[in-house]
This record gives sequence, structure tokens and C-alpha cells, in this order.
Amino acid sequence: MSATAMSGAEMVIKALLDQGVDVVFGYPGGAVLPIYDALFKQNQLRHILVRHEQAAVHAAEGYARTTGKVGVVLVTSGPGATNAVTGLTDALMDSIPIVCLTGQVPTHLIGNDAFQEADTTGITRPCTKHNYLIKDVNRLARVMHEAFYVARSGRPGPVVVDLPKDVLLALGAYTPPASVQHKTYRPQTSPDRAKVADAIELIARAKRPIFYGGGGLINSGEKACALFKELIRATGAPVTLTLMGLGAYPAADKQFLGMLGMHGTYEANHAMHQCDLMINIGARFDDRVTGRLNAFSPDSKKIHVDIDPSSVNKNVRVDLPIIGDAAETLAEMLKVWKAKHLKADTKALSAWWRQIEEWRRRDCLSYEKSDRIIKPQYALERLYAKTRGREVYITTEVGQHQMWAAQFFKFEAPHHWMTSGGLGTMGYGLPAAMGVQIAHPDALVIDIAGEASILMNIQEMSTVAQYRLPVKVFILNNQYMGMVRQWQELMHGGRYSESYTASLPDFVKLAEAFGAVGLRATKPSQVDGVIDEMLKVDRAVIVDVAVDQTENCFPMIPSGAAHNEMLLGPRDTQPSGPVSEEGMVLV
Amino acid sequence: MSKVSDIETHTIAVLVDNEPGVLARVIGLFSGRGYNIESLTVAEVDPRENLSRITVVTSGTPMVIEQIKAQLRRLVPVHVVRDLTDEGPRVERELALIKVAGPGDKRIESLRLADIFRARVVDSTIESFVFEMTGSPEKLNAFIHLMEPLGLVDVSRTGVVAISRGAGRF
Repeated sequence: MSATAMSGAEMVIKALLDQGVDVVFGYPGGAVLPIYDALFKQNQLRHILVRHEQAAVHAAEGYARTTGKVGVVLVTSGPGATNAVTGLTDALMDSIPIVCLTGQVPTHLIGNDAFQEADTTGITRPCTKHNYLIKDVNRLARVMHEAFYVARSGRPGPVVVDLPKDVLLALGAYTPPASVQHKTYRPQTSPDRAKVADAIELIARAKRPIFYGGGGLINSGEKACALFKELIRATGAPVTLTLMGLGAYPAADKQFLGMLGMHGTYEANHAMHQCDLMINIGARFDDRVTGRLNAFSPDSKKIHVDIDPSSVNKNVRVDLPIIGDAAETLAEMLKVWKAKHLKADTKALSAWWRQIEEWRRRDCLSYEKSDRIIKPQYALERLYAKTRGREVYITTEVGQHQMWAAQFFKFEAPHHWMTSGGLGTMGYGLPAAMGVQIAHPDALVIDIAGEASILMNIQEMSTVAQYRLPVKVFILNNQYMGMVRQWQELMHGGRYSESYTASLPDFVKLAEAFGAVGLRATKPSQVDGVIDEMLKVDRAVIVDVAVDQTENCFPMIPSGAAHNEMLLGPRDTQPSGPVSEEGMVLV
Repeated sequence: MSKVSDIETHTIAVLVDNEPGVLARVIGLFSGRGYNIESLTVAEVDPRENLSRITVVTSGTPMVIEQIKAQLRRLVPVHVVRDLTDEGPRVERELALIKVAGPGDKRIESLRLADIFRARVVDSTIESFVFEMTGSPEKLNAFIHLMEPLGLVDVSRTGVVAISRGAGRF
């Protein structure tokens, strides 16, 4: 392909198209007008206009998580870039591939406190996987292609490309993607065969094994999840998943113990504590999962498969680390298992499963039913029941509703569950749902929200209206920031400081103001009807479900406790409070 | 909880792209994750390949040192990370400029000690000297300590550079 002279802005569009991008989420501004002009003159690349740059990044995250492609964001300089910082930090924590193009003032004005200037590369350095400032239009195309490579390779993450306006207007030569090769960044994806063989040996000999799968399986893709299922079925072992890993293994399957961690199931956390072999595939031993580190599964051997070497031996010492992509490593594991004609130790496993069944009988997710007041768990159970058999995608905001959604909504396949795990960003769900709906125009997309979270990016209802996205917002309205209130109840003597969501809008009227349908349920008998109505309407809907304000999310590992010391219900909390002094300082 | 005896000091050499912002990225990594920097030097070492070498002396428990190296390797513009402390014998040197302004006998004594330590005088006035000294950090520390009662005015140090002994790279 001959290098034709193009403007920087035209090169940006061409590079995006060459990288297989079909949609960009963005918001215009002075510094990016050249790109918007180039966008106007073509119709291959679609642009979704959001109403806040933070939402552009969350929408790109939802899009990326559901498709496996790189999400693309376009924002202007100064406040446009700084508004994107929360979304970029969220993408970094949850390892989502994003390329964020930010406008910048002309190169000769950088450092001059120009209008809408910000030190974007300085500000985003710690919250991105990598960032670039392009000062020469002849390097622009190469950097764009490199940005996509970095975003999607190894452990995915957000990459910022800062584009000064004069570079966008200058003319230069375009470099196609094939000729771009990175000098230094070449992540290892193939696992060490000897280590895989050792791992299989350990698995075959284990008496109480457990598989612990995380977001890395989702990032690796459907193939990784299919191989994961095959290996677990072959070994007959129990499996648990993190919040980010839900969907990697079919939830209805009897070998699945439910989610683990701070609000995970009793059986999952106990099995992790009592196992003799823990096989971590694509998870990072996050503090929500481990509880107090010196009491985390002290007697087990641990295998850790991860694509990021810095994730290994970071908080928990593992016995057998294996660096590699989840799919490639699982394929190799299955190959070795089959080649050696290995069979699991069925006698030992039956004893292990008998113990697990005993833990399961605790029925840790049970809650006190009521026919006077809607219990949040009940609302979600009904939502799940009524959406079975449909192609449904769930996003959430952050808080108690998010934990209940993870507990009560079952996922049989990956890419259907989008939530903010690592950073826990309230306001993530609605824009993420937009991104998912753009990716799957005919599917049912539901944002399970709390009334406090939904207000953080409520302006996106305008975006939803503009593009006629039939997103359903299912608000569990308990008039409190539920999770904050729960911690204040358990650890701060019930002093509910600033956790009451005062002056709430009438969500039904709010929906209608944005051109959407508004529905409300205040009694348990109304729940089914309201869900049916919501599903029937082929437009955006906000459902305001008034739920019990006193309900707390259980099980709960109080902060500072060991992962097998769970509170199972309101009667479990001691008068002095369940948290030690050391635990109080933890988030 | 890690005991004081668990803390080790390591000298790490990092070969990076000589591009704007790379040093900020490495330092941001240390400060962002709370790692300790005892000294840090950086300069271009290969103009053709456009590479710089950063030599950083850091301390922490063995698990933290492993994390620091893994986090450095993960940075996109980083080519190689070598733990010189772990990899065998090495040479470590630092350069210091030491200004001393002692009167009378103290002036004479400072000059005599500088001679013993093989420091060079690079500036002299009736009232002061500036000594230039190269050596291991311990040697520099010892000399500076001796200059304190003799009219030490100011010290400017480069931080440690290090290279492995023998014919191997790094």
C-alpha cells in the first residue's frame, strides 16, 4: 500500500478502521474538532455521543467486555480527558482493553496553561497500561496501531493516545498495521510444559482439590471457558468463580459452588479454606477473596495460572506459578491429562463432595421472605426467573444490589455479566449497558442498579433516548447507599452518616422526562407484573422497586477476618461488633 | 509482619527506551506502590538504539523485591530488568562533590585527609575547597563524616551506578 499524504485526523479514522473498530464512544470539543470533521465526512465508523466523558469510557468497557474487542473512546482535551480518568482507572483495575483518544492543545502551547489544557499524559500515567503523546504526524499511524496492540496483548488494559490539534491538522504518511512490530512488549502466552505436567500430577493426586477461576478466563475468551469446563468435568473437582469470573463456568452445573469472597457462598469459602490443592486460573487473590492473608487456606498447595507475572506471588505465596494465557494453558493441561489417561481419585473426591454438600445444606443465600415488603433478593429472583431462556446481558452499579445480583443471577456463559469489580465505580452500570446494547442491538440488556448509584450517570438516559436503546434499568431502591449503611450498622454502631439518599427524584417521572417508560413496584404482589411489563416494552425502561431498607447482604466476611469466618445473617453479629481493630482500617 | 532483618537492599539495572516520560513512569511506579528509592541514576547508554539505563537502589522484603522487578518488567518501554545484587559480583561507584570551608588547622587537615582518600581538589579559594571523590558509597560516607567537624558546607552526590564484573552484558 503506498503511503498517501493524509491529515492526522484522517489517519486516526483510517487506523481505527484498519484495526477493525466499528464504533467509538465520545464527546466533542475544541481540540478534537478535526477528528469530528473527518468523522462527519465518512460513514463506516459509528460514533455514539454520550453526555459525560466518564460514561464514554464505561460504555466502551461494557462493549469490550461483552464482545472481547478493544473499546474505543474519543474525548477532547482538558476536562474531557480528566473526566475520563475514573473510567480509565476502572478499566485498568478490571483489565479491560480500551484505547482512549484524547485531544490536546497544539504542541507549541503545551506547558503554557492554554485553554482546556491538562497534562493528560502525566495525569493518566498511573491509571493506564500505557500512554502516548504524539508530536509528529508521521508517527501517528504507527502509534495508533501500537496502542491497540498494547491494549489487547498480555493482560489487557486501557491505553491513552494524546493528540495535539496541530498534529491532527498536519499532513503526513500513513503506516498500515501489518508493518508495526513492538520492540519490547512481548507478553508470554505459552505456558512452560514441564510446569503444566507438574500441575496435572498435583491435580491427579489431590484429595480435596478446588478450581478458583477469575476475570482472566473471560479475557482469554470463550475457548478458555470451554476448556475450563472440560478440565473440571474431567477431574470431577468443585469450582468457584470470582465476581469478575462469573459466567466462565455454567452456574447451573452441580460442580459449581457459587461465587467466593466477601459476599460469596458459605460452601465456596469453606472449600477454599479446607482444600488441599487450589488451582487458580486467571484470578489475582484479591483481598475481597482472601480475607486476612495469614489465615488464607494455610494448609493447601496452590497452583496459579496467570498471564501477568507481576500478579504471581504478589499477596499470596503460591507453590506452582505458571505464566501463560488461560486458553493455551488449559489446552496443554487437558492434553497432558488425556495423554496420561489420568482419572481422579473418586474415593477421596466422594468424601470431599460429602463435606461440601454439608456446607451447602446451610443454605447461606436464604433470606426471610415477606409478603408485605419487597425483599431485594426476591425482586432479583423473579427477574432471573422471568428472563431465563432469553439472550440477556446484565450490568450492575456498585453496592448491595451488585452483590445480590452476583448471588441470585446465574450465568451459564461468559460475556453476559458486566460489573465494576476492582475499582467498584458507582455509575458504571447504565453507560456499560449502553455499550452492551450497541454491541447486541436485539438482546435484552438490564442494568441492575441502586438508587444512589443510578444518579451518578443519570444523564446517559439522554444517550439512551437518542439511539433508541431499549436498556432496562432495574433499581432496587432502599433509599440508602446500602453497602455503606451495612458497614455503618456493623462497624460504626449504626451511625448512618451521610448514607441516606435524601431528595430522591420520582424515578417514573424522570424516565418519562427522558422519553423512556417508568414503572414502579411497592408491594411483593406487584413485582411479577412490573417485570412482565418491563420485558414487553420495546423501549428504554426505568423500574423503581421499593425494597426493604433494613436488609443486609449475607454471607459476609467482615473486614480483617479470615475467609472462613463468615457472618451468615443478622443474628451472627456480636454486640461489640464483628470487626477487630486491625479490620477497621481496611476498606 | 516483616522483621527488620527481612529487609534487603538491591541494586537493579533497568534498560529503557530513551523517550520523554519513561523516567516519570518508573518513578511513578515506585511512589505509587510505596516502594523505596534509596538512590536513582539515569543516562543514555546507547544512542543508536535510543536506550537509557536506570540504576536504582531499593530495599524491601524478598517478596517485595520480586514484585518490584515484576512490575518494572510489565512497563511497556522497559527492555530488560536485572537485579545486580542477585546476579553475582559487581562494581558499584558513586561520585560526590564536597565543599569544605574550615579555617587554619582544619583547612590543612581536610586537605591531608582528601589526599589519603585520593579525592581531587576541583575548586580552591583562600577559605574553601571543593573535593571531587569517586568510590563506593561507604567510602564516600566515611569521607563526608570526617569532613563534618572540619567545616563541611555542602555535598552533591550522583547516586550509585553499578555494572556486573566479568564479560557478560549488564
